[in-house]
Amino acid sequence: MKLAYYPGCSLEVNSAAYDVSTRAVADVLGITLQELDDWNCCGATEYFSQDELTACAVIARNLALVEKDLDQLVAPCAACYLNLAKTDKLMVDHEELGKQVNQCLAAGGLQYTPGRVRVRNLLDVIYTDVGEEEIKKKIKKPLTGLRVAPYYGCQVVRPICETDNPEYPMQMDHLFQWLGAEVVDYPVKAHCCGGHMTQISEPQAFEMIRRLLQSAVHYEADMILCMCPMCQLNLDAYQGRVNSHFKTEFKMPIIFFTQLMGIALGIEPDKLDFGKELVDARPVLAAKLGAAETVSV
Amino acid sequence: MTKVAENRRGSSFLAEVIENTPGGERIVHCLQCGSCGGSCPNGADMQHTPRAVIAMINANKRQEVLSTNTPWCCVSCYFCTSRCPQEIPITDIMYCLKRLSIREGLAQNTDATALAKTFTDLLDKYGRSFELGIATRYLLFKKPFSLLRMGPMGMGMMTRGRMAMFPTRIKNIEQLQAIIQKARQLGERTS
Repeated sequence: MKLAYYPGCSLEVNSAAYDVSTRAVADVLGITLQELDDWNCCGATEYFSQDELTACAVIARNLALVEKDLDQLVAPCAACYLNLAKTDKLMVDHEELGKQVNQCLAAGGLQYTPGRVRVRNLLDVIYTDVGEEEIKKKIKKPLTGLRVAPYYGCQVVRPICETDNPEYPMQMDHLFQWLGAEVVDYPVKAHCCGGHMTQISEPQAFEMIRRLLQSAVHYEADMILCMCPMCQLNLDAYQGRVNSHFKTEFKMPIIFFTQLMGIALGIEPDKLDFGKELVDARPVLAAKLGAAETVSV
Repeated sequence: MTKVAENRRGSSFLAEVIENTPGGERIVHCLQCGSCGGSCPNGADMQHTPRAVIAMINANKRQEVLSTNTPWCCVSCYFCTSRCPQEIPITDIMYCLKRLSIREGLAQNTDATALAKTFTDLLDKYGRSFELGIATRYLLFKKPFSLLRMGPMGMGMMTRGRMAMFPTRIKNIEQLQAIIQKARQLGERTS
């Protein structure tokens, strides 16, 4: 299976662990990821807030760069995934907008036929295309005894939700059950982490983060698994600030689902970029999975 | 559809919102049920819930709607859109209101607009996002004290190699800039 791969800006540096672990897991699962040559930033939510046509044109450049022999593009980041999928859908549904976007692309010598590329989210590629049987065959180290809280966030499951339930998604729950973990069924798994609100209004952002951490603690999760770099950043890097703000003592490791999946597939922990999270996940992994090699720095 | 909406409600602002939101014509089907405001994680901080904003759009309250904080509380979680029984793209209407309020100089939350502008200026220049650039330009000028409080976290990110010191520029930045320039030209012609 071969797909075009759009890492996105977050995966370049602040969430390199997501990129590294995605590539490592894909390798074991037999998924070939061909990185889009010279991709550009998707504009996150910031371009749509200012200028819709430019937002679409900037995103569509990436769709136009997908090699002709490939018809699927996978983006691990939720915001990138949605922007790419949404722009394609807008171009399909609104002919006039599609034409205008192509006029913009033409200024750069590019062209995109709406609907040509199927934009996929990474979880669905692993869950649906690889599937339970193949994944179970590849398990080297079952995650027995580890309680995980799958955290879906917003933009993969809403508003374009062809692959899971927008209110109560289950793909990551099932995936980690296959891998042998105890999956925590907590009520906020598809709630919002606040997105860019940490930059704009800290009191609002911190309350949204607190609710998520508190719920995972209530349900006795050992760690939260993310599928979006913004969610990981807000829950992990801002956890200390949230603790000072609310006088709480959260110490919840927040990692990418691909990192833990990598452990189950027998990939060396140092090839999965553990230790970049501000709340270190390795002591919990060592205690619960009882693997000394899990904590090697 | 735009004409129909205008005739039906007598609101030119309604027509403007529909014109500037893909799929926006669904707005005329609003039942005023309030699922949107009830679903919103920031609903309690809004001066007007999305339901109220739609009622105000129907009532042609352009100035009031474009100066309310509602769209700036929206973080694009899409719960309202996904739960709306009338399939109104409410999040996209919030994006439309953000754009119109910036254009009219009525945007209330200047931090949100400053962040958006800093973000896209860097994108236009390099083709990639650059967090340290955003932090220094946006936070330094808008929220210097918050930058101070971010110190330990910033250090944590830095020592773990999660913060780049320099921006990355894409190879074909001229191509991207030509595309952006064309989009701006077309945008000016239609707006």
